[in-house]
Amino acid sequence: MNSPLLTAEGIGRNFGALIAVDAVSFTVVQGQIHAIIGPNGAGKTTLFNIISGLVPASQGMLRFQDREITGLPPFRRATIGISRTFQNIRIFPDMSVLENVLTGMSPILRQPVWSLLLRLPAARREEAAAKQEGLRLLEKVGLHAQANARAADLSYGDQRRLEIARALAARPKLLLLDEPAAGMNPTETVGLLSLLQELRKDGLTLLLVEHDMGFVMGLSDRITVLNFGRVIADGAPGAIRRDPQVIEAYLGAKVAARLAAEAAKAGAPP
Amino acid sequence: MWEMLDDLFYAYQDLFYGLGVNAILALSMYAVVSLGQLSLGQAAFMGIGAYVGAVVTVKLGLPFGLSLTAAMIAPAIVAALVGIPTLRLTGVYLAIATIGLGEVLRILYLNSDYLGGALGFSGIPEKANGWIIYGLLALILSGFLIITRSRVGRACEAIRQDEDAARVMGINVTLYKMTGLILSAALAGLGGALNAHFSSFISPGEFGFETAVAILSYAVLGGVATPLGPVIGAFLLTALPELLRSLHEFRGIFNGLIIVLVMIFLPKGLLGWRVRRTG
Repeated sequence: MNSPLLTAEGIGRNFGALIAVDAVSFTVVQGQIHAIIGPNGAGKTTLFNIISGLVPASQGMLRFQDREITGLPPFRRATIGISRTFQNIRIFPDMSVLENVLTGMSPILRQPVWSLLLRLPAARREEAAAKQEGLRLLEKVGLHAQANARAADLSYGDQRRLEIARALAARPKLLLLDEPAAGMNPTETVGLLSLLQELRKDGLTLLLVEHDMGFVMGLSDRITVLNFGRVIADGAPGAIRRDPQVIEAYLGAKVAARLAAEAAKAGAPP
Repeated sequence: MWEMLDDLFYAYQDLFYGLGVNAILALSMYAVVSLGQLSLGQAAFMGIGAYVGAVVTVKLGLPFGLSLTAAMIAPAIVAALVGIPTLRLTGVYLAIATIGLGEVLRILYLNSDYLGGALGFSGIPEKANGWIIYGLLALILSGFLIITRSRVGRACEAIRQDEDAARVMGINVTLYKMTGLILSAALAGLGGALNAHFSSFISPGEFGFETAVAILSYAVLGGVATPLGPVIGAFLLTALPELLRSLHEFRGIFNGLIIVLVMIFLPKGLLGWRVRRTG
């Protein structure tokens, strides 16, 4: 269970003179929830785009299981077991909820075009099985009742969950979640937490980018902290919480503000 | 009575055939537009099909079936050559490249004595008939209708709505676009050859920019949600000028006016509803 699933070695990316990601190395261990955190503009989303293949790395190497995937196009990465969601939800708005999930199954639906055209029994069986599997996934994320709704008509939190269901449809080994809790209300966030824990229990490895420290601290097995495109800390949540560099770069202002507020409250007359 | 119907059919035969051929051309546009691409090369591909088909029938004396087959393969090869460098680029680049192709070919036809030059290619036997045209249209349309409700249809819709999301979902977007363009060229070539084999005469001017825009407008008017959209669009825009014959030169205004009105009030086309994408 402790074998590395994804390894990044010296990954870098610059856009002109701007260095978005600078020689980043880390290892995602099989079966864990790994979080990448950092202040705004730290390079988290660029790093995610590099891992999913949408943005090519300028330097460095990516390895997935035992295979180098640095130059692999995004659709191939999806096929070998890397799925992702987006920070700014990118479901297919004009498709139904179920059709979105079925589209996510692209890497595992294998019937050739001629078989689809002739509507051969094998093609019908595959489609029927896919629908069943899609409904099961929707049940898992709690969208079973809305299967035939237009995806764009879902509430914000439901659209996030649909995106997760769609990413799971490819039966990934590694699921990349880009700020899954962004814009969610507290109830939705709690629901998301238990869903992600359930996915880990099923054996899925999760790599998530988060802005919200509170959300990842309770959830993650390991945290990598980025600042200005560089890794400034990497370790278990407890160690990250005490790391002076992290506090300075990330928690500094926030913690100071909270401590000040608490002190003010304690000192004030009841 | 029968004689009258016969006369009527004879008078409108070309319109009847034209409706079917234009519907096939509209479906050739659908193969590209349903992937969110824009091609203005349908007329050029149609022209290749028309000339190749005419040469195979008239100059080589081969059977009509072979002529239609050649008329599909030739533009498909040209589409592959045009597609390789342009499909990596997005949006209007394909459209611009395909306009260029149309111009190059037009000048080529004009200056080729073998193809009849500016006078056109005449004496093509009228081998196409209603059965062949509408049979092929039915075959192509049902193929499209079946495929839009399969994983392939969902992938096309996904590419049209969000290309990057489709990519990370394991969809080989480049392969889809390439296949779409090649299929589209083959169908346009078929339309061109059928057209040549009922009008018996083709000339370089028929396959220019104006025709390309007309074919695009079939798809725009009908909408690309379902393959029925472009077919209906083609029927309407082909029949309309005939129905408005009394307006003489002004009838062209109506085609433009209808497109403007549809764009304003029905931006997804006449048949712009959401269709099921599960089989």
